Amino acid sequence: MWPRRHALRALGASLALPVLTPAFAQFRVEIKGTGATQIPIVLGRFRDEERQPQSISAIVRADLERSGVFRIVDGPAPADENGTPDYNTLRARGADAVVAGSATRLADGRIDVRFRLWDVVKAADQGGQSEPSLPVDLRLAAHHVSDQIYQKLTGERGVFSTRIAYVTKAPGKFTLRITDADGENIQAALIDNEPIISPAWSPDGGELAYVTFHDRKAKVVIRNVRQGTTREVAAFKGSNSAPAFSPDGRTLAVTLSRDGGSHVYLMDRNGGNVRRFTDSTGIDTEAKFSPDGASVYFVSDRGGGPQIYRQPVSGGGAQRVTFNGAYNISPALSPDGKLLAYISRGGGFQVMVMDLGSGDVRSVSDTNADESPSFAPNGRYIIYATKADGRDVLMTTTTDGKFKSKLLESGLDIREPVWGPFGR
Amino acid sequence: MFNNSGKMLLAAASVAVLAGCASPVKLDKPVEVEKKDVQTTTSTTTPDTGKSTVATTDESSKMVAPITLDRVIYFDFDSYAVKDEFRPIVEAHANLLKQNSGAKEVAEGHTDERGGSEYNLALGQKRAEAVVQQMKVLGVGDSQLEAVSYGKERPAVDGHDESAWAKNRRVELRSK
Repeated sequence: MWPRRHALRALGASLALPVLTPAFAQFRVEIKGTGATQIPIVLGRFRDEERQPQSISAIVRADLERSGVFRIVDGPAPADENGTPDYNTLRARGADAVVAGSATRLADGRIDVRFRLWDVVKAADQGGQSEPSLPVDLRLAAHHVSDQIYQKLTGERGVFSTRIAYVTKAPGKFTLRITDADGENIQAALIDNEPIISPAWSPDGGELAYVTFHDRKAKVVIRNVRQGTTREVAAFKGSNSAPAFSPDGRTLAVTLSRDGGSHVYLMDRNGGNVRRFTDSTGIDTEAKFSPDGASVYFVSDRGGGPQIYRQPVSGGGAQRVTFNGAYNISPALSPDGKLLAYISRGGGFQVMVMDLGSGDVRSVSDTNADESPSFAPNGRYIIYATKADGRDVLMTTTTDGKFKSKLLESGLDIREPVWGPFGR
Repeated sequence: MFNNSGKMLLAAASVAVLAGCASPVKLDKPVEVEKKDVQTTTSTTTPDTGKSTVATTDESSKMVAPITLDRVIYFDFDSYAVKDEFRPIVEAHANLLKQNSGAKEVAEGHTDERGGSEYNLALGQKRAEAVVQQMKVLGVGDSQLEAVSYGKERPAVDGHDESAWAKNRRVELRSK
């Protein structure tokens, strides 16, 4: 009897647990494995939020649930940030923390989003924040509340207010899109009848570099996200592709075929001072700077099939980094420079994560059509494009692969997600 | 798809040529025939440049890759070698370019859908450069040729099996 119940419970914990919130039904939060420790938290409605264009508490609730770090618990929350928690009842409900707040329209038309967080275990006020916002920025203000809660309770920066760029492909129509990190507030930055690939954020989040085929050949363009202005930075003879900004934003790595073959070049961010960086007779492409700016990781087939190499920016030869498997592409570095995510072809195409210190590699996906891994700026998550149940999706996973969340799902081809930096 | 647009371009070019030769007469009205003398009936708009002048319109430089030439070269999986069966296509285009030194062609490389978009872009580039290299060996000038790649972004055929992939691993030659 007991072993059976035990087994059932273990089974239940290892299966995907869909948690649907009515207003955000597309968010399916999947928890895999039994190791997830989650902070139980009570989140009240924000006073007067029903008078505003967005429900602050619903956005914060979905953020916290999707992070995998929190479990929303039913319990009494103060009416707003000036109230006093009923600690005894909250403790009885098993809550460790409680949040209350308000959304008040100011005379100038802005909406003041306020919140306060209390530690239920210590019966202590953990502070709060007031953010007067334009109505158009209300979701951003809500994500800032989530970021604050996350940071105060985990000690790490939250990524709820960051954005993700990606490309959708419909027949004859390609769209470069930007979404909030919760998969909401999707906006089209560029629509074209020719392909768009390889978006890359500038370190300040103000610009996106990408490859356009608008003129029937691959050129690298940089776009100011807010203003929509563009400048062409690489349009040499042949193909121009795979842009990546250096961490200081001053240098761009690109792949050019102007001298024959595909090789990595470095250039100033405006396209000047082009110099060849990699030197092989094969293909060199998909350059990514290490977070300290000292090295460039790239894909090369100089040894036969495509593998990931690392080469110092200051000079010196390339070192091979990946050895498992015959086809490893699309490198991405964690913000602390310790992890390398990439796509490996085995039975299918899967996201792998290598610990660069030890060289240990693990698979972090359970799908087999994965593309384009990209780290969140706090290093906790990786986003990638894949197929699940026959549909194109953007998935996020923790770097250990234990917690996954489906960010977006579409009947369209969804590709090339790239997580933006902190700030916008 | 590109075959069709090639035809359309050529058709448009022919229409333009015809339009250039025709008299500016509205076709929805009967043409008024002037009854002066025989020599002035053909045109009323030709400038007075003497009767021996012949106007020349050279369209030859725009007439590369006529639709009678095949322009798609297919490749084996993971291969960049131009197979012997496609040599005649490469040679025909090379001859055309050599006969028209002002003409230019682009070799567009493509791959099948498998793998990453950037790596496939580089693989398609390699195929395009292989075709361009053969044409250069046959004597075509460097400035007449450009190798570019679409990678896996523009499949000729939808589908996720070998028969579709085989039609998508290709280089298309088109005039520039």
